[in-house]
Amino acid sequence: MANYKMHILVCGGTGCRASQSEMILDNLKTELETKGLSDEIQVIQTGCFGFCEKGPIVKIMPDNTFYVEVTPEDVKEIIDEHIIKGRRVNRLLYVNPDNQEHIADSKHMGFYKKQLRIALRNCGFIDPENIDEAIAKDAYQALGKALVEMSPDQVIAVMKDSGLRGRGGGGFPAGLKWEFAAKNASDQKYVVCNADEGDPGAFMDRSILEGDPHSVLEAMALCGYSTGANKGLIYIRAEYPLAIERLKIAMKQAEEYGFLGKDILGSGFDFEIELRYGAGAFVCGEETALIHSMEGERGEPTVKPPFPAESGYLKKPTNVNNVETFANVPVILLKGAEWYKSIGTEKSSGTKVFALAGKINNVGLIEVPMGTTLREVIFEIGGGIKDGKKFKAVQTGGPSGGCLTEKHLDTPIDFDNLIAVGSMMGSGGMIVMDEDDCMVSMAKFYLEFTVEESCGKCSPCRIGNKRLYELLTKITEGKGTMEDLDLLRNLSEVIKDTSLCGLGQTSPNPVLSTMSNFWDEYIEHVTDKKCSAGQCAALKQYIIDPEACVGCTACARVCPVNAISGERKMPHEINQDICIKCNACFEKCKFNAISIN
Amino acid sequence: MTDVKELIQAKVKCIGAKREALMPILQAIVEEKNYLNEEDMIQVAEALDLSTADVYGTATFYTFLDTVPRGKYVIRVCKTISCHMAGKDEIVDTLKDLLKVDLGETTPDKNFTLMQANCMGWCHKGPVMLVNDDIYTELTKDKVIKIIHDYMGS
Repeated sequence: MANYKMHILVCGGTGCRASQSEMILDNLKTELETKGLSDEIQVIQTGCFGFCEKGPIVKIMPDNTFYVEVTPEDVKEIIDEHIIKGRRVNRLLYVNPDNQEHIADSKHMGFYKKQLRIALRNCGFIDPENIDEAIAKDAYQALGKALVEMSPDQVIAVMKDSGLRGRGGGGFPAGLKWEFAAKNASDQKYVVCNADEGDPGAFMDRSILEGDPHSVLEAMALCGYSTGANKGLIYIRAEYPLAIERLKIAMKQAEEYGFLGKDILGSGFDFEIELRYGAGAFVCGEETALIHSMEGERGEPTVKPPFPAESGYLKKPTNVNNVETFANVPVILLKGAEWYKSIGTEKSSGTKVFALAGKINNVGLIEVPMGTTLREVIFEIGGGIKDGKKFKAVQTGGPSGGCLTEKHLDTPIDFDNLIAVGSMMGSGGMIVMDEDDCMVSMAKFYLEFTVEESCGKCSPCRIGNKRLYELLTKITEGKGTMEDLDLLRNLSEVIKDTSLCGLGQTSPNPVLSTMSNFWDEYIEHVTDKKCSAGQCAALKQYIIDPEACVGCTACARVCPVNAISGERKMPHEINQDICIKCNACFEKCKFNAISIN
Repeated sequence: MTDVKELIQAKVKCIGAKREALMPILQAIVEEKNYLNEEDMIQVAEALDLSTADVYGTATFYTFLDTVPRGKYVIRVCKTISCHMAGKDEIVDTLKDLLKVDLGETTPDKNFTLMQANCMGWCHKGPVMLVNDDIYTELTKDKVIKIIHDYMGS
């Protein structure tokens, strides 16, 4: 390997690629070549750095300078100033929003300070398309160690001791799952990686596959070794083309290096991996549905037991884990169960990746030790609420989870605590809402999703969720009654108790949790026919302030239904019975005379 | 265009004439032709010794396995909550206006199909859309117009 003096890391995560990071990469290479520096400075395209809000990101090593929002035009200045003259380009540094100071090293940025990256350890630091870089960061070392020094039982023992719980949402202990699969004797067993990430608001699995695919491949081989499986399958959703491409490259390279395939590292252990593609069905994230989909059936779930560990893919013992769970495995084996257990809380060890989205300043992926509070995540790492608005709620766990409010901000986040306060971890999506968001509409939104994604096999989920959605629509249109609220609650309980799979059993959660946390808002919609967040179009009232109105007639002329009347140069009025709430008058008024109630 | 028969043969050769070859075969046909027609599904059913109803039932379960003709470019706008919060309605309206089609429809020249899809994992970069396999993030009205014009030109 050439001896480079400096490395320039360019984020190749799809977020940064969408904002021209590839052109930055090309410009850097051309510029270095023109300056004759190609042998001294290496340019590397990495996986996602996580700080997508400020992308594209360019990092200079070894001095750890972290440039944000870089454009292809900035490249010349970075090379001339930083690389050649050794002077940082201040205007491209991150600015601390609290005191307007420039911060050069990402370690000191609020976004990274509280984070601990285990599953995302290599994302943003290695070129995911180059196995050598992964190996330099210890990839496949754990596999080597296990195959040479450890028995399959010993590997499972470490996994059980570590307390690693399934990161896909269920939170089932991974080591136990592996043990079940290992104990079921069979001529053929399978290891399945669930990469069918579909929760609205979650994208950590995509980032791991795009940024560090080898961590998942290695973990699958380790799982195969300890459970006695020789065949791995990755079920990945068709919506993730870049992750698919990176996986294909990684699999090919791992085979060439002998980390996958026959007689791995001379141990006699064979393990091969095949890709299977999803086709746009959310329910396939449920493990039995996923297995049916791979078998060529409709992706409908079946009752457990039998668990996949007994009878899974093609009726053979199958161990299914999700991407983030697998990504933790190699490090646990290298550093030991004790180390992993020392991080996080007693019952939820390790770290969790969260995807921040919605009305929060720093959107993107973060990874924190379990037990970190919501306040730390939202206000310290996430940088607080956008545009100085007031925090209202955060939805965790996607359509299966619930919303958490101000009073939950100091709850340490782990699997059990989130369930105790009426939400759940889910796959780690966090959608932050501010004062302008209507919680009834939010619940309706998730129900619309569930109605569409319900596979239709069991009636509580197929019909019940549809009825919930209709009730919520009725309420947001100002036609709801108090009886509807009772019905909403009762029906939710029935759906939870009687649905076949996890999708239906959790789908009423957004309704129940918004009802318990924002009951006043439901009442307001039903009795006052009002939506104080102003999101429910049918409940809006457009009112002209007679003091501010100058009688210019602009609103009356733009109104499509002639609901506005008034003499020229005299205050106008809106007839509420005719108004269709199209917002045209509001947009037209130059005097801020029209307000929305 | 590759013959559907050949596509089926190729998959059967590597996976076997088994039920688990069904999805890969259907996906390969959609990749080649953008959708599955009745004759294709009959051929698949014969090759795997399944009933045609079974093949149809499986195909229609999955949103990405279309059974009606689609345009050369399939546009899928993410409609889940974070993209909604980021203003995807304006994006959909712009596209409808630009292509003169409604959701689920294909332009008369068979170039574009406009659809909505659930979460594509770009929640921090909304609103987003997928045009075939290419993702476009942080969309604005102007960006959408430019992107579509580029496709129209190509």
